[in-house]
Amino acid sequence: MNDLALLVPELILFVGALLVFSIDVAFAKDEESGLSHAVLTVLFLLAALIAVILLQLHVEPQVAFSLLRIDAFAAFIKITVYTGMILIAIASHSYMSERTRNRGEFWTFFLMVSVAMSILAGASNLLLIYVTIEFLSITSYMLAGFLREEDRSNEAGLKYFLYGSVASGVMLYGISLLYGATGSLDLEGIAQALATNAETMGIVVLPATLLALAGLAFKASLAPFYQWAPDTYDGSPTPVATYLSTASKAAAFAVLVRVFVVALGPFQVDWVPVLAGLSILTMTMGNLAALRQSNVKRLMAYSSVAQAGYILMGLAAVASTAESGIDGVNGVLIYLFAYLFTNVGAFLSVMAIEERVGSLDISAYYGLIRRAPGLAAMFTLFLISLAGIPATGGFLGKFFVFGAAIQHQYYWLAAAGLVNAAIAAFYYLRVVQAMFFRKAETGEIALEVPIPMQISLTICALATLWIGLYPSAVLDIANTASQQLFAVMF
Amino acid sequence: MESFDQLVLTIILFWPLVASIFVLLAGDNEKLIKTGSWVLSLLPLALSIYLLFGYDFQAGGIQFDTGQVEWIPQLNASYHLGVDGLSVPLIFLTTLLSTLSLYYSTGVIRTRVKEYFFLFHLLQMSMLGVFMALDYVLFYVFWEISLVPMYFLIGIWGGENRNYAAIKFFIYTLVGSVAMLLAILGTFLATGTFDILEAAAAQPFAGNLTLASLAFWGFFLGFAFKVPSFPFHTWLPDAHTEAPTAGSVILAGVLLKLGAYGLLRIMLPTFPEAAVYWAPWLMALGAIAIVYGAFVCVAQMDLKRLIAYSSVSHMGYVVLGIGAAASVLTPEGLQRVADLLKLSPEAVQDSAAMAINGATLQMFNHGIITGALFFLVGIIYERAHTRRLDAFGGLGAKTPYFYGLMMVAGFASLGLPGLAGFWAEFFTFRGAFGIAPYWAAFGTIGIIITAVYILWRIIQNVFLGKYDPSRHTHWTTVDGKPVDGPTDVVFFEKVTLWPLIAGMILIGIYPTPLVQYFNHSARELLAFIQNLT
Repeated sequence: MNDLALLVPELILFVGALLVFSIDVAFAKDEESGLSHAVLTVLFLLAALIAVILLQLHVEPQVAFSLLRIDAFAAFIKITVYTGMILIAIASHSYMSERTRNRGEFWTFFLMVSVAMSILAGASNLLLIYVTIEFLSITSYMLAGFLREEDRSNEAGLKYFLYGSVASGVMLYGISLLYGATGSLDLEGIAQALATNAETMGIVVLPATLLALAGLAFKASLAPFYQWAPDTYDGSPTPVATYLSTASKAAAFAVLVRVFVVALGPFQVDWVPVLAGLSILTMTMGNLAALRQSNVKRLMAYSSVAQAGYILMGLAAVASTAESGIDGVNGVLIYLFAYLFTNVGAFLSVMAIEERVGSLDISAYYGLIRRAPGLAAMFTLFLISLAGIPATGGFLGKFFVFGAAIQHQYYWLAAAGLVNAAIAAFYYLRVVQAMFFRKAETGEIALEVPIPMQISLTICALATLWIGLYPSAVLDIANTASQQLFAVMF
Repeated sequence: MESFDQLVLTIILFWPLVASIFVLLAGDNEKLIKTGSWVLSLLPLALSIYLLFGYDFQAGGIQFDTGQVEWIPQLNASYHLGVDGLSVPLIFLTTLLSTLSLYYSTGVIRTRVKEYFFLFHLLQMSMLGVFMALDYVLFYVFWEISLVPMYFLIGIWGGENRNYAAIKFFIYTLVGSVAMLLAILGTFLATGTFDILEAAAAQPFAGNLTLASLAFWGFFLGFAFKVPSFPFHTWLPDAHTEAPTAGSVILAGVLLKLGAYGLLRIMLPTFPEAAVYWAPWLMALGAIAIVYGAFVCVAQMDLKRLIAYSSVSHMGYVVLGIGAAASVLTPEGLQRVADLLKLSPEAVQDSAAMAINGATLQMFNHGIITGALFFLVGIIYERAHTRRLDAFGGLGAKTPYFYGLMMVAGFASLGLPGLAGFWAEFFTFRGAFGIAPYWAAFGTIGIIITAVYILWRIIQNVFLGKYDPSRHTHWTTVDGKPVDGPTDVVFFEKVTLWPLIAGMILIGIYPTPLVQYFNHSARELLAFIQNLT
């Protein structure tokens, strides 16, 4: 029963999901706007966020049901995920009510997705990881294809589903190999088995790692498993694309970090080149593809593929002991946290334009500074942050992952990051250029941004600046998180 | 209670931010924004004059130090500002050119006034931050922020090809900056501190030339793109030509100096061994830039582009001077050069100080001279709406006042004795000849070519000869009213230019007060490295 107390945040979300669903079944009428659902969703997410901060952030690491770790690392990821989901939920109410009647179901799944990501943050057993990834995937397939009347949304859901099922099959294969070799599903158990029989295990571990990586790489949209991402992000409802590219990615990276650092730690020399190579491949492919996009949502989709490459750079440069305070793991965490606000903000800006102008094409952004100065200024801030210019959160993330790479003397990895930063700046600036340098085709009609959207965007903008200018508090938590993760290892 | 001297840098640095908030709050009252902007910029100007007079030569070193105020303790990064003889005149240059640019802009900026002045104040803050920061993270933050407002200034208020110029400026300098970021991180991981002075004292990578060279080139890329040193200069002609007048002034007058400042503040003291090793490359790049830039100027048909390329040439002096000094930084380097030239080490050391004096003096002088030249180009462009050299001719008789101003600025630029430019060239070449005579001799070709393009392309083409009205028919006054022919400079333009012209003459006649700041820092820099071993 004690273990159940460790699941308070997840339970809150689960109850919330059931409640929203029941209210929908019991009272809903088609004419209703569904505002109550959205409000309830936000409230339950907020409650879960507070629960994590109060109950799990500053405590000694514990294990629930010997499957799920409750530590600062998991808490950090959960805070990231919940914050993102709250910001999305606040902004998305009007967007979703205009497009679908089944709002109750939407928000139910929205909370379910949050539960899944929350469990992934702490999962320390391969079976639990597999099941939860399936849980997250299936709920996400539904949300991606939620707008049944729209072909593109259907395509998005189907594509996501087809790629996803193959990827999870492959991952399961990798997991079985690892289990067969080590006789354990628990990450620590695997690490112990590997450490004791390092010589004999080598043959199995590398293929098993690669296969397991395939499934996780799919979730995190890493090359070469990212092809679903642009179509799915582009076709799915924008709130869904937003969390797929941020919160869901954070959860996937949480698992990646835990599996690689905790379970496969003894074989670090083997997987570092693989991850570093994937990192370079991911950012380069994402950035090069983004260069050619004129659909801004699609551009942002490729951009978030490329960003995943930078995050992976941090994982490739993990050190168990870092005296400088710059390390791959806290690099990943800080990057994810900063990236969350930045990318949620960027996608919400796209959503605001999509709602008001009805277009995703870059021409819809022409002269935005005259039509909606606040929105244009904030979107610029997000794009600049994604490009990694200082005084923004995105810079701090890059600072840490580049630092980690240099600490390990992976100069080539850092150099690849440099080249990519320049490519990325080019297409981010294309959007800025459209907003500031071009004249609007439709004349200078003022563009109203709904209040809830403004709230979310403002929070994202302030947080982006806050992380960029005064990151002490975030760094402290991230450092504790990565230390607790390493404490497991030894 | 903190003393005023501890706070004064912080006030200068963040006052432009206050001004930009003022612009945001000023509503749609364009007159208030314009007047408020330049009036508010007088405070940092006044305080930077206070710095000039308040700097204590007896004490030397870093003064007006804020101390290390805790900022990101996890990274050992702090808010730390301070100035020495190198940065004080450059801060004065920044505030002076900012005030003049803001004042000039009130007369010529008519579209999107609020955004313009908002961005301009941010730009001023970022430049001041670079000259003051003594912490790498702080330095880098201001360094990079300066890109953003300049990008918008070029992209929104620039000429026809502004989109291309703006993005090219941004991407090129970004590549350099990211390389510098990697070098900063490497330095931090080697020394455990982000403090610029502490890192220099710790001498990272001493004895490991490969790593030191990597860090050296990382920093050099960052600074070379900004200076811009040949062959990293290709963004400059586009950016300078397309930027609005005040943008070009700041770009040429201050932004280019950020790079040269970084060379002196960071690269030479922190990586002296690598600097000695790579100094011949620096001198070569500098000398090539001088000659190449000057030749390209002669071929230009666009007056503004000509001035832009002249910056490449003139910043080459800076790189040549710094390279010459770099080659004798360590005792071994000093001895090698002394043996080679059969001079005493003391004489070579003197040449090194001269070379740095020349380079720094050139930084300052290029700021006021090219600043003035870009203002002058802006003045003619506001009237003729073209900058093509073949559209002009015989303007000397029509616009004598303008002609006079251009003569002074042009002659200062080509290094006529009695005007500011002369001393910078004199010191640079005097220093460089005492260390690397061949490169110095090669560089002097540039002086001759400079005379060619100033006298022939600008003075003769634009001002001399007979005025032919059919060459260019579309003339307006500065307010945009159509008129028959060219009109002479008006009051606000005179006010903008006179401080710069006066500076050129004063420094030309009596450079000592300015040189003593630079000389002080140059000697300190050389002594610092000699004392390390």
